[in-house]
Amino acid sequence: MFKATIKSLLSRKLRLVLSALAVVLGVMFVSGSFVLTDTLQRSFTDLFSSAYANVDVSVAPKAEKGKEPVPLTPQTIADVKSVPGVASAVGDVQGSARPIGKNGKVMTTSGAPRIGFNWTGTGQEKIRDGKAPQAEGEVAVGAFLASTGQFKVGDEISLLTLEPKKTFKISGVFEYAGGRDSLGGELSVAFTEPVAQQLLLGGKDKFSGVTVTAAQGTSDDALRDAVAAKMGSGYDVKTGAVLAKEQADQINEGLKFFNYVLLGFAGIALFVGIFIILNTFSIIVAQRTRELALLRSMGASRGQVIGSVVLEALVIGLIASIVGLGAGIGVGALLANIFSTVGGGNLHLAGIGVPMSAIISSFAVGMIVTVIAAVLPALRASRIAPVAAMREAATPDRPLTKITIFGAVVVALGGTGLGFGFNNGSLPLIFGGILVAFVGVALLTPLLSKPMVSLIGRLLSWSMPGLLGRRNSARNPRRTAITAAALMVGISLITGVSVVLTSATKSIEKLAAGQIQTDLIISGEGQMEGMPATFKRDVLTKVEQTDGVGSAFGWASDGVLQGEDQMFAIAPTSVPAMKQMLGLKPKFGDIAPLKDNQIAMPEDLASEKGLSVGSTLTLQLAKAEPQTFTVGFIWAKTQVLQGALVLPESAGKGFRSDQIGQAFVQTKPGASAVDVQKRIEPLFADNPEITVQDRSAFVKQTTSQFDTVLLMIQILLALAILIAVLGVINTLALSVIERTRELGLLRAIGMRRSQVMRMITVESVVISVFGAVLGLAVGVALGLATVQALKDQGISEIGFPWVTMVQYLVVAAFVGVIAAILPAIRAARLNVLDAIAYE
Amino acid sequence: MSASDGVAARAVDVWKKYGSGDAAVTALAGVSVDLEKSRFTAIMGPSGSGKSTLMHCLAGLDDVTGGEVWIGDTKVTGLKDRGLTELRRDKVGFIFQQFNLLPTLTAEENITLPLSIGGKKVDRAWFDVVVDTVGLRDRLTHRPTQLSGGQQQRVACARALVSRPDVVFADEPTGNLDSQSGAEVLGFLQRSAREFGQTIVMVTHDPNAASYADRVIFLKDGQIVRELLSPSAEEVLETMKHLDDVAVPHV
Ligand SMILES: Nc1ncnc2c1ncn2[C@@H]1O[C@H](COP(=O)(O)OP(=O)(O)O)[C@@H](O)[C@H]1O
Ligand SMILES: [Mg+2]
Repeated sequence: MFKATIKSLLSRKLRLVLSALAVVLGVMFVSGSFVLTDTLQRSFTDLFSSAYANVDVSVAPKAEKGKEPVPLTPQTIADVKSVPGVASAVGDVQGSARPIGKNGKVMTTSGAPRIGFNWTGTGQEKIRDGKAPQAEGEVAVGAFLASTGQFKVGDEISLLTLEPKKTFKISGVFEYAGGRDSLGGELSVAFTEPVAQQLLLGGKDKFSGVTVTAAQGTSDDALRDAVAAKMGSGYDVKTGAVLAKEQADQINEGLKFFNYVLLGFAGIALFVGIFIILNTFSIIVAQRTRELALLRSMGASRGQVIGSVVLEALVIGLIASIVGLGAGIGVGALLANIFSTVGGGNLHLAGIGVPMSAIISSFAVGMIVTVIAAVLPALRASRIAPVAAMREAATPDRPLTKITIFGAVVVALGGTGLGFGFNNGSLPLIFGGILVAFVGVALLTPLLSKPMVSLIGRLLSWSMPGLLGRRNSARNPRRTAITAAALMVGISLITGVSVVLTSATKSIEKLAAGQIQTDLIISGEGQMEGMPATFKRDVLTKVEQTDGVGSAFGWASDGVLQGEDQMFAIAPTSVPAMKQMLGLKPKFGDIAPLKDNQIAMPEDLASEKGLSVGSTLTLQLAKAEPQTFTVGFIWAKTQVLQGALVLPESAGKGFRSDQIGQAFVQTKPGASAVDVQKRIEPLFADNPEITVQDRSAFVKQTTSQFDTVLLMIQILLALAILIAVLGVINTLALSVIERTRELGLLRAIGMRRSQVMRMITVESVVISVFGAVLGLAVGVALGLATVQALKDQGISEIGFPWVTMVQYLVVAAFVGVIAAILPAIRAARLNVLDAIAYE
Repeated sequence: MSASDGVAARAVDVWKKYGSGDAAVTALAGVSVDLEKSRFTAIMGPSGSGKSTLMHCLAGLDDVTGGEVWIGDTKVTGLKDRGLTELRRDKVGFIFQQFNLLPTLTAEENITLPLSIGGKKVDRAWFDVVVDTVGLRDRLTHRPTQLSGGQQQRVACARALVSRPDVVFADEPTGNLDSQSGAEVLGFLQRSAREFGQTIVMVTHDPNAASYADRVIFLKDGQIVRELLSPSAEEVLETMKHLDDVAVPHV
């Protein structure tokens, strides 16, 4: 039996290549994710150990939750220096410094920080060109910043720090050990110490930490203990090695999440792969009915028949896993390289490694998926009666009742899971529900395929080849259905996401149009490390005084802690102006200016916290001691300022930045917003991170991030769709083989090659469009369910991405044409005589 | 050289070899024959004598190794795929031994298939005549799977005739039928030639089938060895028995 299996496997190798390809692609994605994240993880570990190579022990102010660390003083450094065993103790100043590029735009990185520090001469930075910064107006820049920004020694460079734009002369360019341009793609600038203190920490004689080196004969650990003992509990004292590990762990935690996301998409791809393999095996088993029946009549048991099909699956799974693993290593290496070079990361890659997890998951996933997909066809094969060998191998249309009822039950099950998932906010339940629902819909598709295919086909069957193609696609509802269902998965996920994002966009637009009574919005566009960009309060005053401005207000914002709860808080410059411009309506109490110990919040937050007007709560602000506030008023729930606490203006001093993060402007009646905008913009000339926009531009900017999300998801789901396309090709190729004699007949009675190709293409397009229509329908349902679940989060409107949906439909039709190319060529090339004689 | 008037298809010194070297098989060894218009010709011979090969070469389904083939005024030899396809579509009708019909099409759609492929209109009057002759009037909307083997072959016959081709080629059209159904099909082919003047060339190894023909050509080892005009089944059977005795091929 084993030999017979292998023989039949080899004789149909071409048919199996395509189905194996689905597994290969899925496995490739899985192992590629592991290889990529492993390589990046090791690279980051290397990065941080070299970043802290010169640090034996570091002293930093104790990090407390919700509190900004208090800067160190020269006294701290002197204290550290006095500890026995300390060879040197150097004060470090570090903070955010965003360079402005030669094009006038703030330079960005792909995740790496933009930092400024004090040039101490004792760090691991080495001057490559020029010299260290010595005067107040001088800086040295990292080689990576110099090369990406095309700066050289002697050039001027403008920087954004705690203060608005300041311009410096570049005195030198520095590099890191081994001639590296940067450690990990960061943009760094070195100032003289006083300048660094002023611009990065906001005052004289402030330090962010102390770098300590050990004297000969003192171990790092011993030194740490000695320093810690001397400094007491107000400080974090750590060895360089521990710091490197902590930082690497933090990054690697993020990479792990990234890995999960990639694996999630790999899972979707493999899920689609299951459909394809299932279909291939079903078709192959159907075509082998006689062969299997012959085996049965010669005495092979049902178990042996199942075994032979499953064995076939195992062999395919094994080969596909090996190939997929190999391809995954290649893809992982390629992506890591892209990440480190093209992505602007400038990360020094550790060697590409193949972690055990990649190998194990490749084989597990590849083999399991293939076998799962082969089990059903194998069971069906085993039920073939031996007499089938004598009969003509025509399989009669099996009734679809059972499968349809089963499908409906599975859909209901998936829907229930999805519902529970949304209710509990449980991601696994949501995803599980979606996948189960997909299986259910796939089971329902055979029933749908009859009416749908004939409907879609009618549009395409104006000629005889078209009619034949349409009839062919309606011929085997199960086969068409599974092929289409594979395409459905990817398209419905994309559509679902599009529906949610479109609804969100629409909700924001409605909100902006209906509620926000402002003409201009001033906001920080770029993100400074960890915080939105801000501007000084006196600029807001100048805005108010600008010709044509009726009223204006702004707020500082930050996260605040109530016990363990992190909340978003704003400290507006004027409550009445806010009330009027954002359309707040009172629920309890009057919306009036807050006293210094008062606070306000929306009704849902108040009820969640069990607060009413007059009750108190204690908050921890970043730069202040815990403070108790009394609730002054509660406003009626609206879409703006959801979940936000409103603090008195004076409380802003406790925020990490007391500067204005966002401001709103109402023009005087009769004044043109465009003119006012033109007059306000110059006030922010030295702060390119701040933009002044009218309401629609602001909405566009806010919603434009959705486009990025959608694009990312489209790219990641492209693999699932690619696999589905392989499925269409596979089904067509197998159908062409199955219908060889018919094709021969058609050619014999005068059908041209081009007509044969058109016939196959129509069949392909019908299947693809059917899959797309299904996907759009299921995607809309998924999207609506999600929107419904997110109603409380502010998605109040329902929007359909009509244009995108039509695009998907067109793409699907196009995909159908592409998928048909190879099978159509194959069909057209058939030798007429051989085809007629084909058994 | 061209096919003269009165000749629907012509083979001139046709050779057909398969394979090369030791494995080479000569299926046709210099066959020349004129197939007259409006006649029902049968090609007889033992299995492996080259009957099907001759038919395929005449019909433009296969190319020849040597010699020339004509259909009407068209020289088949040397035509490219497109020309051959159009020749088959417009000038030739086919009836195969089995699998003649597309399972997705109704009987009527199968009958008019060559016309729809060529984008031509169906001559309804002629269609009605053909359908009534084969007796399929009440089966037109049926799919092939709903028809008996004999009915399926009659649909195939109707399809071959409906485009009024120069020649209808039939390769063992009754090979898979019981004698009753076979007789119906053969009777129909005979009537088509006699009443409608349709040229028909039928390959068979069944003497009884051959007896319906106006002319029977005997093939042996790729050569024409005898021919009979309007023979009885017994005559054909006799001739077949003594085919081995014929030493000198008739040319
Ligand atoms: N495609 C082919 N390749 C090789 N030999 C062939 C091929 N087709 C036919 N033959 C050989 O040519 C000879 C004639 O075949 P055929 O015309 O089919 O005979 P008939 O139809 O009279 O039974 C036989 O010997 C057969 O084996
Ligand atoms: Mg034959």
